[in-house]
Amino acid sequence: MSRGILVIGAGPAGLAATEAALDAGARVTLVDGADLTGGQYWRHPPAERGDAREARGHHGWTRYLALHERVEGDPRCDVRLGAQVWAIEPDPVSPCGLAVHLATGRVDAVGARMERLRPDALVLATGAHDRTLPFPGWQLPGVFTGGAAQALAKGERVRVGDRVVIAGAGPFLLPVAVSVAGTGARVLAVAEASAVGRIARGWSARPWRLLRTASKAGELLGYVGAFLRHRIPYRTGTVVIAAHGTDRVEAVTLARLDADWRPRPGTERRIAVDAVCVTHDFTPRLELAIAAGCTVDTRRFVVVDDRQETTVPGVYAAGEITGIGGVDLALAEGAIAGAAAAGAEPDRAAVRRRAAFTGFAARIPAAHGIRPGWRDWLDDDTLVCRCEEVGVGRLRATAAETDGAGLRSLKLTTRAGLGACQGRVCGRTVEELLLDASGADRFPDLAGTDRRPIAVPQRLGDLAAIVREADDREQADLEPHDPPETSGKDT
Amino acid sequence: MTAGMPRRRGVVPADSSTRIEIHLDGQPIGGTAGQTLAGVLIAAGRPSWRRSSGRDEPRGMFCGIGVCFDCIAEVNGERDVRLCRRRAVDGDRVVTQHDALPTPVRDEPGATDAGGADAAREETP
Repeated sequence: MSRGILVIGAGPAGLAATEAALDAGARVTLVDGADLTGGQYWRHPPAERGDAREARGHHGWTRYLALHERVEGDPRCDVRLGAQVWAIEPDPVSPCGLAVHLATGRVDAVGARMERLRPDALVLATGAHDRTLPFPGWQLPGVFTGGAAQALAKGERVRVGDRVVIAGAGPFLLPVAVSVAGTGARVLAVAEASAVGRIARGWSARPWRLLRTASKAGELLGYVGAFLRHRIPYRTGTVVIAAHGTDRVEAVTLARLDADWRPRPGTERRIAVDAVCVTHDFTPRLELAIAAGCTVDTRRFVVVDDRQETTVPGVYAAGEITGIGGVDLALAEGAIAGAAAAGAEPDRAAVRRRAAFTGFAARIPAAHGIRPGWRDWLDDDTLVCRCEEVGVGRLRATAAETDGAGLRSLKLTTRAGLGACQGRVCGRTVEELLLDASGADRFPDLAGTDRRPIAVPQRLGDLAAIVREADDREQADLEPHDPPETSGKDT
Repeated sequence: MTAGMPRRRGVVPADSSTRIEIHLDGQPIGGTAGQTLAGVLIAAGRPSWRRSSGRDEPRGMFCGIGVCFDCIAEVNGERDVRLCRRRAVDGDRVVTQHDALPTPVRDEPGATDAGGADAAREETP
């Protein structure tokens, strides 16, 4: 019997892992919470809105189509979409030692089909989401992450607004601006927080090494061309420090920043907008890796060896959860992880590509990484936790009053990070602001905000149904005269 | 036109889309099959469909990928549905969701309740 591999996440890394595992002769179950493959990178409209010229909005669309056809067309591959992994727990019966809980159905609808999978090996390719630092007014409707603007543009052909400012840090702002401009919106400015000198130093160190990543240079030239065509101004050392409006965003304040991202007084400029898209960094989606027992490093990425195996035997990780590196690195890591999980030798070309693009990815934090001065654009009323509406002032005051308390008790006292998103949006920011107050570099309880045993909220009725079915089975087992085919299935 | 479908030719096929109609708080809103409920509402210039629990402020979509839960609302009688992920179906009925925080109940006679969500949240342990 060939090995059964479960791949979680159908973005570039998960698709590449699936392909490689199939090539190695394994059976693969590929699951994703979305109803289409492609992940956020290759996000596209569903078939009923199909676009013959879809390729125009993407990089590597041909590669996506090939991967998609491969995984959908292979009888050894079971693609489960609209399927959310909501928990992973130790399971002595499972060949990999872990049971993976899956809920399948319409998004957040009552009556999800609940099941438990026990694969031979697991590949985690859960990706990352935008990290947006708080600023006054960021909770107003019309303030989006860059990822949201891209999802609307690429997945739905909807533009976020007519007059749009895009701000934050990193190369991701470029495709966001091009996607938004492609929907017919006017992009008034792209504000990159890092100063031009730092960007140049970060990207130009050891330039010969970039030769191996020439495809990225082509991509960059494409963006430059689109910026010129759409007349999009690109401002470095500048960022959005406030959003204004009553029931929706009506204006933003842009300010020039110093090298540490402190706003320079007197440089503020107010611009009327009806949408603003802000992304300063990315947060890897670590909860499933943590639930599986994988070690996370001090930079908060999943630790893997050269075969992409985590510290848990039989559990592999690929893509953004091992380091923010972009699509080429994700594809290479996925290919290696999929082969290794299937018990095969990883493709040597993929190993070479991984080395080249790891070097490329390492430049991003040097050139665009968040600097501490962002705290200067906060005021006491600025919400840190959007869900529980906890302001900076209250968070800092509580931290000062409870000097030396652990993160868990600080969260319980302030309620920051305890809302519906479970600290996904604010977790890192809450940690940093609380640690500022104590001056320590970690909490006495060594806690972090990435641990979420329930990875996706489930309805109590659906959870109760699991217990009810288990009870029914147990009941059936206790009645020895019952023929096995009536073992509680039709109750 | 405030926000909506792209005007540029070539990005979107002009005629490969089916019109649908949903409702927000009883008001009909047109959209296109394949869009999410959030997409339909934003395209129609309606960026908010929830009021926050504490400050009673409008909220809509933020992350767009199902992570932030800012965009939850009631859909066809079911609460807490993330509109950025739920595909719109013709006839879907979206109702603005507002889960006000409970007001604390006092046992002591004569104790006055300051009332209002902000007062309530200060006293929530």
